[in-house]
Amino acid sequence: MSEKKFSKKHEWVSLDGDIATVGITKHATEMLGDIVFVEVPDAGKAVEKEGQAAVVESTKAASDVYSPISGEITEGNKSIADDPGSVNTDPEGASWFFKLKIKNKGEFDSLMSKDEYDKFCKENPS
Amino acid sequence: MNVQKTALYNYHKNLGAKFVPFAGYEMPIQYKDGIVKEHISTREHAGFFDVSHMGQFFLEGDDTLSDALEKIIPADLKSLKINHSKYSFLLNNNGGIIDDLIVTKNDKGFCIILNAACKENDIKQISQFLGKNHKYILNNELSLIALQGPKSVEILEKLIHGVKDLKFMTGNNFIYDGESIYVTRSGYTGEDGFEISISNNKVEKLIDFLISNKVKPVGLGARDTLRLEAGLCLYGHDLNEQINPVEANLRWAIAKKRKEVGGFNGWDKIKSLLANGSEKIRVGLKPDGKIIAREKTKIFSSDDKEIGFVTSGTFGPSVNAPVAMGYVRSEFSEIGTPIKLEVRGKKYGGKISELPFYKKSYVK
Repeated sequence: MSEKKFSKKHEWVSLDGDIATVGITKHATEMLGDIVFVEVPDAGKAVEKEGQAAVVESTKAASDVYSPISGEITEGNKSIADDPGSVNTDPEGASWFFKLKIKNKGEFDSLMSKDEYDKFCKENPS
Repeated sequence: MNVQKTALYNYHKNLGAKFVPFAGYEMPIQYKDGIVKEHISTREHAGFFDVSHMGQFFLEGDDTLSDALEKIIPADLKSLKINHSKYSFLLNNNGGIIDDLIVTKNDKGFCIILNAACKENDIKQISQFLGKNHKYILNNELSLIALQGPKSVEILEKLIHGVKDLKFMTGNNFIYDGESIYVTRSGYTGEDGFEISISNNKVEKLIDFLISNKVKPVGLGARDTLRLEAGLCLYGHDLNEQINPVEANLRWAIAKKRKEVGGFNGWDKIKSLLANGSEKIRVGLKPDGKIIAREKTKIFSSDDKEIGFVTSGTFGPSVNAPVAMGYVRSEFSEIGTPIKLEVRGKKYGGKISELPFYKKSYVK
C-alpha cells in the first residue's frame, strides 16, 4: 500500500514510485460544503510545490487547490470535473484531482502524517 | 460595533448552524444538511428562514403619511389597500436605489421590511420626509420568519387557521398562542410561502411546530441560490445607489400612476430613462457548461468587446447549472445573445438568459 501524506492546505498525496496522486481531504470538503465545480490540470503542465494546480468551487465560493509537491502533471481526473459532487462523497478515494511525476521525494517526506494532520486540523479549526 | 444576534441564535446553534457575520449580525449560512439539500428541500417540501435581522419598520399617521412616503418610494401608496403589499424601493435624488423593500398597508399606516445592512440609513432617509403627525418605530421586539416551499400552506394552516385564504402579496393579523401575529403570503425564493412577524418570545414555539412538520432550517447560503434562480435582486450586489430601477430592469415595480405623474426622488432622471431606455440593463446570464461566473466577472461580446459585469453568480441546484445576473450594455441585452465570461483569466461562452431561471406560480 502506498504511503499517504497531508499538507497544511488540506491536500492529501499518495506516492507510488515517482507518481504522486493528489486530492483534497475530507476535512477540506466539510469546510467547503457542496462542491459544484472542479477544474483539473491537463497532462504536461509543470507545477511548483504550493503552486496553484486546480480549482474547486462550492455553492459559496471558489478556492484554489495547490500541489503540495512539484513535478509534471501526468493526468487530471476528468470524472470529477463531470461530476463535482463526487468530491464530497469520496474525496480521499475515487475523487482524486491529479497525478504528477515528482522531482524531489524530499518534498513528499516533509509533509504531515495522518496523525500530524488530524492534530493540525484540531488546532486550526476554521 | 457589537455583533448582533437574532432571538433564535441559540436555537440555530442547537440545529448545527454555521454562522457568518452578515450586516452586523451573526447569521446561519447553512445547517448540517448543507446549501444544496436546504435549497432542494425548500423547493420540494418547505424550509424556514430566520430573517429577523431585516428591519420591521412601522409608520403611523393621517392621510398625509402616504404623500410623505411617496416622495421617496415610487409605489402608489395612496391607492394601496389595507393588508396589501408591494415590492418597491427608496430612491435618492438621482434615481439611485437606496434600498429595495416590501411595503404593506395596515390599519394604522404602513409596515416596511428593510434590508438589515441598510435599515439605519433607510430610516434616516425616510424620516426626512415625515411630519409631526407621523410616528415611526423600528420594532426589534419582533422576529421575522419566512416559511417557503410548496407545503408551506398546508403546514401553516394547521397552526394558524385562515392563512390558506391569503393571496400572494397580501397579509392579515392572526391569533397565535394568545397573541396577535401578522402573516403575509410572500417571500423571496420563487416559491409559495409566508412571512410571519411574531414576537421574540413566541418565535421558538413556532419553529418547534415547523420542525415537527419536517420543515428544514435554511441558511443564507441557500437563500441566495433560491433567490438567484428566481431572478430576484440582492441589495448591495445587484442593486446599489448608483443603479436606478430602469437599469435594474425593475420598471414594473414603479406604479403606473407614478410613472405618469412622478413626484418622487430622482423623477427627472427616471422620466427620461423610462422614455429613452438606459445604457446598461440587468439581465440573466447562463454560462455554457459548468463554469461559475461570480460577482465582478467581466462580460464580453462575442467579438471580445467588454460589455458589462456580473453582480451575482452561483450554481443553481434546481436548474442544475450555473446561473448569474449582471449588467450589460442595452444593445446586448436581448435574450439568447451570445456572450463571453472571463473567469480566472480565461474567456468562456455563455448567453443572455430569460429571468427567472426557475419558475413556479404564486397563489393569486
